[in-house]
Amino acid sequence: MSSKPEFTNPVIRWVEDRLPVFSYLQHEYRDFPMPKNLNYFWNFGALASVCLVVMIVTGIILAMHYTPHVDHAFDSVERIMRDVNYGWLIRYIHMNGASMFFIVVYIHMFRGLYYGSYKAPRELLWMLGVVILLLMMATAFMGYVLPWGQMSFWGATVITNLFSAIPIIGDPIVTWLWGGFSVDNPTLNRFFSLHFLLPFVIFGVVGLHVVALHIVGSNNPDGIDVKPGPDTVPFTPYFTAKDSVGVVAFVLIFALFVFYMPNYMGHPDNYVEANPLATPAHIVPEWYFLPFYAMLRAITFDFFWIIPAKLGGVLIMFASIGILFILPWLDTSRVRSCRYRPIYKWFVWILGADCVLLAFCGANPAEGLWLIASQLGTAYYFFHFLILLPILGKLETPDPLPTSLSEPVTGGGGGSAAASATAAKMEKK
Amino acid sequence: MKKTLILSALAGAAMSMVTSAVLAAGGGTPPPRQSWSWDGMFGSYDRAETQRGLQVYKEVCAGCHGLRLVAYRNLMQLGYTEEQVKAFAAENEVTDGPNDEGEMYQRPAKPSDRFVSPFPNDNAARAGNNGALPPDLSLIVDARAFGMDFIGYTKSYIGGADYVYGLLTGYADAPADVKIGEGMHYNKYFAGHQIAMAPPLLEDAVEYSDGTKATVEQMARDVTTFLAWAAEPNLEQRKQMGLKVVLFLIVFLGLIIAVKKRVWSDVH
Repeated sequence: MSSKPEFTNPVIRWVEDRLPVFSYLQHEYRDFPMPKNLNYFWNFGALASVCLVVMIVTGIILAMHYTPHVDHAFDSVERIMRDVNYGWLIRYIHMNGASMFFIVVYIHMFRGLYYGSYKAPRELLWMLGVVILLLMMATAFMGYVLPWGQMSFWGATVITNLFSAIPIIGDPIVTWLWGGFSVDNPTLNRFFSLHFLLPFVIFGVVGLHVVALHIVGSNNPDGIDVKPGPDTVPFTPYFTAKDSVGVVAFVLIFALFVFYMPNYMGHPDNYVEANPLATPAHIVPEWYFLPFYAMLRAITFDFFWIIPAKLGGVLIMFASIGILFILPWLDTSRVRSCRYRPIYKWFVWILGADCVLLAFCGANPAEGLWLIASQLGTAYYFFHFLILLPILGKLETPDPLPTSLSEPVTGGGGGSAAASATAAKMEKK
Repeated sequence: MKKTLILSALAGAAMSMVTSAVLAAGGGTPPPRQSWSWDGMFGSYDRAETQRGLQVYKEVCAGCHGLRLVAYRNLMQLGYTEEQVKAFAAENEVTDGPNDEGEMYQRPAKPSDRFVSPFPNDNAARAGNNGALPPDLSLIVDARAFGMDFIGYTKSYIGGADYVYGLLTGYADAPADVKIGEGMHYNKYFAGHQIAMAPPLLEDAVEYSDGTKATVEQMARDVTTFLAWAAEPNLEQRKQMGLKVVLFLIVFLGLIIAVKKRVWSDVH
């Protein structure tokens, strides 16, 4: 690891003396020490940033041809599909890119859950990630409204109406959000404006996320603190090469969707122009919102005679994301990786399965067995975070941690996480 | 690690299958799957089918249904010459203007115009059809889908074509226990089974110039292929480009994996 790089090119040196961008790049993307045992799940951060750039570039081109007006929005999208040069390609990339972005980010988050990447000292890194998720959700929701199809219009109506559940000020807030008394042209215009703005806000928060990552360094599959030297390899060429494998594989899957099933993840009703007089049989959001939609509709009863069911559903839905902010303090175990948590390991997968179940519930009408399933699924989601995590950390006996990445031999000493795990074990005895 | 990757791939597939559940929730009986000329990675629209389909559209459907997103010039993609397209367009009148005197005037349609709709607005369309609105058909194949499954998807284009074909051939006598309203017709695949549109295709409703026998099934197949083209005229370009992109990426992925292995060979 060179401390002060020497540059021979005079232009680079001139810039470097005034703004040290080159030594920054060299330090953060070439020499930066990475744990050598990272598996392919550590690709997904890089993949997410690829998604963000692809979405911004295609989005800017689409915005050049799109007309945010209730009379022209639907037709302008079809004009992009039919008459703009390669407009169909740009739009299909943008449309499927949103789904790919969410797939990548959900796997990225699951990686964090499984290997305990949210634990000290990475709490703030994790919380910035949750902020990015919230911003992505807002952006995706408003973007889905722009083609002004049936699901655009009715999705926007349902979601904005959620705010009317707030007591007293709810209805004025909804009117303010709409810019009128229903989802109409002012709503479409402001959604377009915000849909253009928010990706750049995301870009900024991603910058903070990356800076925070480079302060504390990457977690790793063993979840133990990395010893500089034998445990690490420089970012370049090792992780530039490994991330490239992931990026090309990801682009291949992305391309299969764009070129061979571009409408698979969309809803056919969105090829019908918005009609405020005709409500679709079932209003459903995009697939990546389905688990949250299921939680929203799972609350069909009043809480303690104070909180009406509608408000309860809204609170539960927002709480399902909000709870992730305090996750680092809900998990009482000091062992990061599930590799060394023999019991919790299974519960992480159960939580993942619970989210998939909730997605199916969200896709189906909230009645009969689906309603019961979504209520149980919602209850389990909160049980996992609020009860299971705090208690299991105290009860579970973790497996012995390796002392370092280079010597995966079990032992008592080693890093601070290992030491505290041993301490926890002794307390139990 | 392989195991976890496979598990996550399965989870991804499960999430995608949720979409199918969404679509299946739309209501109505799913029609049987057909095989289409544009199915699969190498599929392209059968030109003879689309040309016959245009004839069916023009002689049967166009009385009530518009095709407002398709331009006459697009027909050249189907193998018509510019002269043929000009003549085809000129059979319709469009309102243009204002001219130098400030008056609107009627003129024959040009290839650059979009298909002229049969009714000036939705109210006129309803008034002419017993209150029912005949939908514009430009996107009808994209706007309908039934019970797709993840694996079988690539075999058929979104299922909307199967639905259109099913609807056109799905007229039947109503079962004894189904009461059909005044001016309505029983259809096996329409949501609720009651449709205002009378059976549009009758044996020999059109006379094909290429000698093909105009059975109901043949006409339904031809007009569905034409409407699939109308919904996505760029499908062929998309699939051809996709093949090149995917082949390139597969080779590139192999090279990148080799580079990665080489780079990592000294790490233990």
